[in-house]
Amino acid sequence: MSKKLFNLVSVLVLTALILAACGPAATPAPTEPAQPTGTILERAMAGEFKGAVVTATGPFVDQDAQKFEAMIKEFEDQTGIDVQYQGSKEFEASIKAAVTAGNAPDIVDFPQPGLLSTFVAQGKVTDLGQFFDRATLEQTYNPSWLDMAMLQGPNGKIMAGVWERVNGKSLVWYPKKAWDEAGYKIPATWDEMKALMDQMVADGSTPWCVGIESGAATGWVATDWMEEIMLRTTSLENYDKWVAGTLPFSSPEVKNAAEVMSDIWQDKYVYGGQAGIVKTSFSDAPLPLFDADGPKCWMHKQGNFVTSFFPEGSQAGVDYDFFYFPPLDAAYGKPVLVAGDIWAAFTDEPAAIAVLEWFTHGSHLKSWMQAGGAIAPHKDADLSWYGNDIERGVAKIIQEATSVRFDGSDLMPGQVGAGSFWKEMSSYVAGAEDLDTALKNIDASWPK
Amino acid sequence: MATSSSPSAPPGAWGRTAIALVPLLATLAGLGWGFLILRDLQVPQLVLVLLAIVWGVGGMVLLFTTANFFAEQLPGPWIARVQAWIFVGPAMLMLIWALALPAVRTVIISLYDSIGTKFIGLDNYLGVFTDANMLTVFRNNLLWMIFGTAFTVSLGLLVAVLSDRSRFETLAKGLIFMPMAISFVGAGVIWNFIYAVRPADGAQIGLLNAFWVALGGQPEAWTAFFQPWNNFFLIVIVIWLQTGYSMVLFSAAIKGISTEILEAARVDGANEVQVFFQIMIPMIMGTIITVTTTIVIFTLKIFDVVIVMTGGQYGTSVIATEFYRQYFTYNNDGYGSAIAVVLFIAVIPVMVYNLRQFAQPEAF
Repeated sequence: MSKKLFNLVSVLVLTALILAACGPAATPAPTEPAQPTGTILERAMAGEFKGAVVTATGPFVDQDAQKFEAMIKEFEDQTGIDVQYQGSKEFEASIKAAVTAGNAPDIVDFPQPGLLSTFVAQGKVTDLGQFFDRATLEQTYNPSWLDMAMLQGPNGKIMAGVWERVNGKSLVWYPKKAWDEAGYKIPATWDEMKALMDQMVADGSTPWCVGIESGAATGWVATDWMEEIMLRTTSLENYDKWVAGTLPFSSPEVKNAAEVMSDIWQDKYVYGGQAGIVKTSFSDAPLPLFDADGPKCWMHKQGNFVTSFFPEGSQAGVDYDFFYFPPLDAAYGKPVLVAGDIWAAFTDEPAAIAVLEWFTHGSHLKSWMQAGGAIAPHKDADLSWYGNDIERGVAKIIQEATSVRFDGSDLMPGQVGAGSFWKEMSSYVAGAEDLDTALKNIDASWPK
Repeated sequence: MATSSSPSAPPGAWGRTAIALVPLLATLAGLGWGFLILRDLQVPQLVLVLLAIVWGVGGMVLLFTTANFFAEQLPGPWIARVQAWIFVGPAMLMLIWALALPAVRTVIISLYDSIGTKFIGLDNYLGVFTDANMLTVFRNNLLWMIFGTAFTVSLGLLVAVLSDRSRFETLAKGLIFMPMAISFVGAGVIWNFIYAVRPADGAQIGLLNAFWVALGGQPEAWTAFFQPWNNFFLIVIVIWLQTGYSMVLFSAAIKGISTEILEAARVDGANEVQVFFQIMIPMIMGTIITVTTTIVIFTLKIFDVVIVMTGGQYGTSVIATEFYRQYFTYNNDGYGSAIAVVLFIAVIPVMVYNLRQFAQPEAF
């Protein structure tokens, strides 16, 4: 090697080292520990953990991440704790790699408890029960949420996380202006909905828009439909048994739900027919509601997040609105299917726990609720905080529900809930296998 | 054999060696120190990345230089012995750390249950070979291997031979080679548009459906219906991408055949078909085998195209996508690892064959 290059490299390396050494040595040591009084959050608010850094990750990116940053800034300003959020679109794979490698971020937002439960079973998740008092939490949460956060660890059940934001799923979206002009009425029962569908067909139109394509997650839209119909056609006990794996997919209850769904997913009722269902992505599926030549379809069942995929500039209450997916059998009341984000900790650093405790108060979500895109599960979140009527309406539906159940596929073991259930329903809808085979295959995939 | 009192070593050689050790040790210490500083440093990410690049690349150069300097100060016969390890050693250590150890670890995980706590022996492998779903997966991989390889190799060969005597050789080869520049994910996105389906009352934005509807057909979901034939709509993408690669290698091999042999054959009365099959093919056999094995390995590990086009749904899942789903989506660590090991074992014979071919001088 030439002498010149050698010298150049040496100089560069030395410069790098010197530059590096000139950087701030380390985070300033926290000031002497004050007497620990009050909850961890109160201590954080008093500035005890000033300068601490809390790393966070989750599946939400872009706009949602910006809203999160705006929200968490309030916490950072008050406590001096720096929360560094880094979202990932391939969240499931990346969090698994991080946890397995032993460098999970301090706090993690799981879009469903199923994945979290694996880490809890491996004993990698901090038991929040040692920091939080259940009676206090019940002031801000409906007990069913707290129950859903209790997961099985190696040494018994632990409080694995805190719920932060939820989605209502039992919603049917419709193009309000055209709908009113056509004189359609919002159906309050299943029969009214069926009559309306036939009327739409008679008017030369198509009632539904459905799309189940979603890359590697193709099929989840079909599982949502199944869950909705299960809640409407059988008891909650059966739903819970089905989710837990004791009521098989091949049972008459589940098969009936699939048949009720297939009854709607016919070529005459769904825009684009079978080919449309299997190859339209869930994000493109609602677009025909807003077609420039008038709606190509009139109804689209999807969670409240779907408004992000509506055409830019479409106005809630004018261009679109929603109604509650009607009950089928009065005996089962008005159930609502929900999903939500649960935050778990992979550390017991007090600064990280303080963030989670902050999440347990509905007030922390206020800015996000005003900006739109977040619905609080908290009892102490005020309906007037919502920035738009849509989300206020969804929150109201969740509050008024006779029963609330979590998205079943998210609670089933991954092989089923994110695997065979998606896969077999897709195959069934694409006509590659009959219903009995599909249901039998799902049962066979259930881990022994 | 060689001892420190080797007669060839000039007096004081070992003392000089000891002194030469100083810059090497200093470099190592500096690098370690730099690592600690970089790890704890709180500066903007971009600055950190730049510092790390300078530290990493510069540090390596410095390390090799000082280590080499040290080796050159060693007494005679030791120079060659140590020098070889200095240059090969780091690469071998990296390979062991990043390739051999993970492979061993995957095999170990595959003998445990889904969360890796209970030893279950070969149960995962039993599951892999009896599960109906996995049988579909193996069938798909076979389709990929047989048809993907056959078409890529024969089309590449055909184009190479035909373009060899065409006036538009550069243009034709350029066009066919172009898809090589596209990543597999990019190709998946492009072909998703080609296969796109829209309801019959609107305009078809997908090329294939636009033709199909113009000819009087109904819009079809090409990659979802017609199982198992829908796999071929995915295989076509890889043929499109890889034909350029095989064409370039075949073209080079054909141009390497001396014209005298071809002339001699023609003078002896061989027609063009005979020249092709009895002269050209045997003479470029080494290249054919190399290209074929490369594409076989490649189709065995096919992943990107499938995950982008269908996510492995609609009966198109292959070994690599199934492994990914089992391991990362279903958290089924043991089973997923077992699938990965099966893929690994399936690739080994092809790999060994390929390496043997490389070792033969006429391969390239």
